[in-house]
Amino acid sequence: MVLLEIENVHTYYGHIHALKGVSLDVERGEIVTLIGANGAGKSTMLKTTSGLLKPRLGSIRLEGEELTRYRPHEIVAKGVVQVPEGRRIFGRLTVRENLEMGAFAITDRHQIESNLERVFNLFPRLRERQKQLGGTLSGGEQQMLATGRALMANPSVLLMDEPSMGLAPVLVDIIFATIRQLHADGTTILLVEQNARMALQVASRGYVLQSGSIVLRDKAESLRQNEMVRKAYLGET
Amino acid sequence: MKGQSFGKGERESGNEDKSFKILNRWSPISPPLSQFLRVTSSRDEERVRRKGIFMMKRWLERITPTDVFMWMIGGAILLMIFWGSTATLAAGTYTAHHWFDFIIFGLAQGSIYALIAMGYTMVYGILRMINFAHSEVFMCGPYTAYFVAAAFYSSGFLDQYPMISLVIIFLVSMATSTMVAVLLERIAYRPLRAAPRLIPLITAIGASFFLQYTIRGLYGSGFQAYPVVKVLEGEWALGEFRILKFQALVIVAAAILMAALYSFVQRTRLGKAIRAVSEDKETSSLMGIDIDRMIVTTFIIGGMAAGAAGVLYALMFKQVHFFMGFIPGIKAFTAAVLGGIGNIPGAMLGGIFLGLVESVGPSLFLDGLGIVAPYQLKDAIAFTMLVLVLIFRPTGILGERLAVKKA
Repeated sequence: MVLLEIENVHTYYGHIHALKGVSLDVERGEIVTLIGANGAGKSTMLKTTSGLLKPRLGSIRLEGEELTRYRPHEIVAKGVVQVPEGRRIFGRLTVRENLEMGAFAITDRHQIESNLERVFNLFPRLRERQKQLGGTLSGGEQQMLATGRALMANPSVLLMDEPSMGLAPVLVDIIFATIRQLHADGTTILLVEQNARMALQVASRGYVLQSGSIVLRDKAESLRQNEMVRKAYLGET
Repeated sequence: MKGQSFGKGERESGNEDKSFKILNRWSPISPPLSQFLRVTSSRDEERVRRKGIFMMKRWLERITPTDVFMWMIGGAILLMIFWGSTATLAAGTYTAHHWFDFIIFGLAQGSIYALIAMGYTMVYGILRMINFAHSEVFMCGPYTAYFVAAAFYSSGFLDQYPMISLVIIFLVSMATSTMVAVLLERIAYRPLRAAPRLIPLITAIGASFFLQYTIRGLYGSGFQAYPVVKVLEGEWALGEFRILKFQALVIVAAAILMAALYSFVQRTRLGKAIRAVSEDKETSSLMGIDIDRMIVTTFIIGGMAAGAAGVLYALMFKQVHFFMGFIPGIKAFTAAVLGGIGNIPGAMLGGIFLGLVESVGPSLFLDGLGIVAPYQLKDAIAFTMLVLVLIFRPTGILGERLAVKKA
């Protein structure tokens, strides 16, 4: 069953045509990855989905409901939640306050408490540091916090923008292990990654974005075998 | 294609390195500091000493004639303050009672500045804009409440039920100021949210004139005398010192309000969201926070504080006037800069500090220098302090703590 459906989306930055008719869909419970080079429009796609950018044309639907007419905070309340690129932690808020902000769309206190417990069980490190300021965390911890913060909103689709960016290899492994864990718990994820190798390992399906257009769409398995993908994104010869 | 993705990876790892260094500078157990904690051998000591000489050289290279000149000005002012204070204290013109009165008056005046400064600093924090119309937000409240107060006075209600009357006067003033602040945001600032920063600033100045001259057009340019609240006349004895009742009211009321506002911002969901929006609007909206609502909430808080401050000011000086907002407004702005703009405890501290210096300063620093009627120079002292802060500590008193938190 298709949960998130993106159809023929065109987004512009001023005069720059950044997305030229992108269509993709994400089914409930699966991990879909969007890979592509720097500047291909991956982040633009996620920003458009979250409502930070308005598409000039096209439609984005969550369970059939049109999202493009909503503002970003309303889209979060609908269940599409983003872990932004570069983590974007609130450095002057404590870890706990950061997590509380993630649950801003939820008004039920008990729900917030149980979400907090879930995030702390997923990332025990955050429980230890809950009183610390977000800005004092290490890069890996910040990525955990950013992910946990998004989970606080009970997302039906989690959009992850480059979760492995700027992290040491060990931490990248941890982050991807978390993504697998979330998948096992039934979370639907749209994963944007520069690290195509890792992304194609966890995802069930993948799309390849090249200068604003989808050039390939297939099962992750098949994409890994694909000649073009292997050369351009996996660094194999 | 491959080269491109490589390039990005490198740049990002570079970023990572930088943030790591910044963190290390402030972290109490960072490697460079722990080196000094280690028991040092003589070779280490030699290295440390050489490093010291090297640092000294670097430092000498960095100072410019402008720095030296500025330090000289700073030194001269410090010397003047020291000399003036010593002379004043030696002359003994003022008794302990006088000083106590100065301090209490300074605290009262400073609390009012602090309340107004909250509005400046919070709006700056969330919009990165100085709301120059805030002084008119401050003026509109007590001006409107004046009519209620006058009616209460002439009907005798004020003398019969002074407490109820005061509460109503406060509520009217706070409601009016809040309304003005919200309308200001909605009409004058929100349509310009995406405009370059200079444009809302000019709009703010325009809005300020608009409000001033609207009030002047409606009610005339004369002073309106605030009715005297009898229960607030007279003084209480504190041991051998005396404190005027209305000054005590001002200090206590301002302290309660500031504590309430501060805990609102620190503890509640809305307060935390306001802080989050101040830090990063885009990410806040990705958390499901309605940015516009948080900005309006900020203006509401600022308006309420300004409205309350306005009544306190009117009770203290017993009059209202269409231009009454200008001087306290600009002083409160000074206070906000003094404390580190954008920083709420800073605004409170800055306001009280400014009030105290303004009240104690003229007699303490200037009287001993033989200046006649030094009290008329209190504004000069306040703004000299602003200039000095901008030269020597542009981030304000609590600015550095802000920088640490940002890192």
